[in-house]
Amino acid sequence: MALMGENLGVYYKKDQWIFKNINIKVSPGEVLGLSGYSGCGKTTLARILAGYILPQAGRVSVDTKHLIQKKFRPVQLIYQHPEKAINPLWKMENVLTETYTPSQDILDAFGIRDDWRKRWPIELSGGELQRFCIVRALNPNTRYIIADEMTTMLDAITQAKILHVFLDICQSRKIGVIVVSHEKSLLHRICDRVYKVGQLC
Amino acid sequence: MRIAVQPLLKVENLSIGFSQYFRGTQKRVIHPISNLNVDINEGEIVAVLGASGSGKSLLAHAILGILPTNAIYSGSMIYRGVELTKKRKEELRGREISFIPQSVNYLDPLMPVGKQVQIGLDKQSAQERQKMLFAHYGLKESDGKLYPHELSGGMLRRALFATSVREGVKLVIADEPTPGIHPKALKEILKQLRQFAKEGAGVMLITHDIMSAIEIANRVAVIKDGQTMEISAASAFSGTGEQLKTEYARRLWRALPQNDFECQELRWEA
Repeated sequence: MALMGENLGVYYKKDQWIFKNINIKVSPGEVLGLSGYSGCGKTTLARILAGYILPQAGRVSVDTKHLIQKKFRPVQLIYQHPEKAINPLWKMENVLTETYTPSQDILDAFGIRDDWRKRWPIELSGGELQRFCIVRALNPNTRYIIADEMTTMLDAITQAKILHVFLDICQSRKIGVIVVSHEKSLLHRICDRVYKVGQLC
Repeated sequence: MRIAVQPLLKVENLSIGFSQYFRGTQKRVIHPISNLNVDINEGEIVAVLGASGSGKSLLAHAILGILPTNAIYSGSMIYRGVELTKKRKEELRGREISFIPQSVNYLDPLMPVGKQVQIGLDKQSAQERQKMLFAHYGLKESDGKLYPHELSGGMLRRALFATSVREGVKLVIADEPTPGIHPKALKEILKQLRQFAKEGAGVMLITHDIMSAIEIANRVAVIKDGQTMEISAASAFSGTGEQLKTEYARRLWRALPQNDFECQELRWEA
């Protein structure tokens, strides 16, 4: 049981490989850090593991099975910029309940206030939007979460609060987590292991 | 230490409000910033820290005169001894006052990034200079021909930063120039900010990155809910934060992953 990427390789222009032969594995309940220079393909790798794009080489499997398109994906991706991951024409209520109805407990844990649900995305701050994105990703069928610079845009207090709550929930549900970050001290603090992408770029 | 006769920029009692319509036709004014004070001397780096949504970017936009049209503001901004009027802001920005915006969306999506860095440079040497800047920030020469969507977040940051490096800059407003870039590129950016200060410019570094801020800043201003909580020497951010004046600044310091990663009450603020 694990989210596995085997021999992954990707390019945007033919034969100009962004990376090649990447083997990566995260087990349920494990927190794996992902670091590396900007432009080395961390976000691309995250998108491949989540099944948004197909690699030119290698394969991704979730608990030994292939990812099935057009079904709820057990691998959820949370982006650095919540404002780009939320439909600006949807009220927050609809964003929150897109795939399931979150319990009051989980809403309280992330401090999502009832009156925010009636608002438009532009009427909330980045930290508030990110909390919606996290709750949205915590569908009961989620097995793995990739947090791509999830707290980079947030101040230290908000970052600490969000991560405490998020990691507690992931731990209790045995969700495997990949944390993409440049911040060494953060990776050391929260990850079981750290994987470095790209040695040369 | 040289005693400055007057600060390069002095922002006093700044308030910014937005008029907003609600329930159809009723109008109200919200005040994201009230009574904000901050000043910068020549050759000094002042970091501005604060929660997201505390009004840091609005402060930068107010100084540059690029607030949205429904904004109302009061208070004074004195730059080199003279009030910064709308006209003066328009004359100075992009020349004496340089700005590094927070979002990489500020780049033109339809222009190669190399071209964008050449804007405002002396025409004769623009291309040469742009190539130098790219090399300096670890971007390849071929990257200059790429459009913004073809570069990664961290590479865009560096390109965006390169647009601010100009001759004759006296005040640099850097709004979150560092998120999402790796430590080596971060070091280059901090070095450049220091270089600006060394050449006599004042630098306002708006950031969440407390460690970078205290590494290069002389003083640190902590903003919360649109007000200045405290302005302290950067050295006060050390140990358990006992030299900091306010509880909020101490909490901010202690919440860092390299400190206690602490957030004593898990209560979210309203």
